[in-house]
Amino acid sequence: MAKDDLRPQPDPASAPDKMRAENLRAWFGDHQALKGVTLGIPEKQVTAVIGPSGCGKSTFVRCLNRMHEVVPGARAQGTVLLDGRDIYAPAVDPVRVRRRVGMVFQKPNPFPTMTIRENVLAGLRLNGLKVQDEDALVEKALRQAALWDEVKGALGRSGVSLSGGQQQRLCIARCLALEPEVLLMDEPCSALDPIATAKVEELIRELSEQYTVVIVTHNMQQAARVSDRTAFFYLGELVEFAPTDRLFTGPSDPRTEDYITGRFG
Amino acid sequence: MAPAAQPLRSPPEPLPVPAEAGGLSALPGQAPGGDDLELASVSRSGRRRTEALFTAACILALAIPLLALAILFGGALIEALPQLSFGFLIRFPSHQADQAGILPGLAGSAILMLLTAAMAIPLGIGAAIYLEEYARPGRLTRLIELNISNLAGVPSVIYGLLGLELFVRVLALGRSLLAGAATLAMLLLPMVILASREALRTVPLGVREAGFALGADRWRTLRQVVLPMCLPGMLTGVILSLARAIGETAPLIAIGALAYVGFLPESLLDGFTALPVQIFTWVMRPQAAFRANASAAIVVLMLLMLLFNASAIWLRARLQRRYNW
Repeated sequence: MAKDDLRPQPDPASAPDKMRAENLRAWFGDHQALKGVTLGIPEKQVTAVIGPSGCGKSTFVRCLNRMHEVVPGARAQGTVLLDGRDIYAPAVDPVRVRRRVGMVFQKPNPFPTMTIRENVLAGLRLNGLKVQDEDALVEKALRQAALWDEVKGALGRSGVSLSGGQQQRLCIARCLALEPEVLLMDEPCSALDPIATAKVEELIRELSEQYTVVIVTHNMQQAARVSDRTAFFYLGELVEFAPTDRLFTGPSDPRTEDYITGRFG
Repeated sequence: MAPAAQPLRSPPEPLPVPAEAGGLSALPGQAPGGDDLELASVSRSGRRRTEALFTAACILALAIPLLALAILFGGALIEALPQLSFGFLIRFPSHQADQAGILPGLAGSAILMLLTAAMAIPLGIGAAIYLEEYARPGRLTRLIELNISNLAGVPSVIYGLLGLELFVRVLALGRSLLAGAATLAMLLLPMVILASREALRTVPLGVREAGFALGADRWRTLRQVVLPMCLPGMLTGVILSLARAIGETAPLIAIGALAYVGFLPESLLDGFTALPVQIFTWVMRPQAAFRANASAAIVVLMLLMLLFNASAIWLRARLQRRYNW
């Protein structure tokens, strides 16, 4: 499969794991959505999670920052290591985990009552944190999210006055302002048009120089374009996890091959 | 893993293709086998008639209450005109109808509203926040929710009797402003809770999740994100409930609001009257002149309620424009 090589490819096998899930299981009420997933997420690379609807890919990334349990009736078991520490250990505060492992959602969700500037600073305010130079932080986060040039003259405008793609990049900036180590993206482009999608994809590649990125997508071309490694989920199980090139050109599991050749899903 | 692989490997089954004629007649609303085109045109003119009939019924349903309201208000206004003056607002009641005024009633109603709002709003919004954001869904929560919905439908005189026993007698507040306000607050609580919960529910889950995902706890997300978003809706509901309370008569009579008050209350434990109670007293009088007074007081009360409702609408529009969502 042709891969759009815009940046030097690190050897996917050599990067150490930033996060690691071990025998991770998750439920919604009685329904088991994840059936024992073990997977290492290499540092400062983009890991894509693909699979048909309902395969547990979103549940998996929501377990990585303990957002899964926010849904009533949802629970998770197993181990998720962040720099070797289990974030599901009893003493761990989920709030602290989420500060280090940021998340961008499928639907852009800027806070509608806040301006663009306030949205970027929302993470700090919501954590009761203070920063010396707010202006510098706003500019830095918006630059990192490739939004600065478009909004620098309108920071006082409402966050929801932006276009969908701009809103999604604002959400990314809001995440980056907290300086997380890992960025989880749950189908970040599925509500965006192709041009906005291209911008976000380019941004993802840039971000992976500094951050560990995990992106859920149902768009296989997107996974092929942006990721270093790809995990294929099916029916709550991890079927195959390999460097993206290899997964798309020579999958070792017949189910992976069926999915990427469009036979189901 | 292995069993799941088998069905996937098998070639996709061909889609069941409907028979060409059967495919069309299978559409809902069309008799099978009939001439589709003609049937459709007949049913369309029938649909138009039904549509016109339904529209007429809806307009009628709107017109009847509006007309009734116009007649009632117009009648009261005509009867009230000779009595309506600034002096009427600032005089004390009197046994001479043309000398009487509604100052104690107005003052009583105003103080009652302030006290009631001070009691019902924080309690009601607090309860709504607890039920909507913190309570674990379960049998107890459902029971509480059901009861609150039921309480919103309890006749107001029942609240009056409860207030009489609880506030006037057991808590020994007497027939005072405080007892009256507490009774009205009880009456308002279910309405304020329901309206506030409704407003909280309009905030999409995605926005709350965004707060949590940024590492905020429940309270900070609520205060900085959720509450600012639902404030317009909450305020509207609260003000509309207050507007209802200002017209309540039965519970105040039940706890013993005074029929004749020749003074302004000096403390919260003083006896009181309220505008609707004053109206009720005057209506009971046999003399026509007092009925004119009652009409004039009704007009004042109506204007007050309109003012309340208008301010609710204005406030909502203003906040919504500011927040642009």
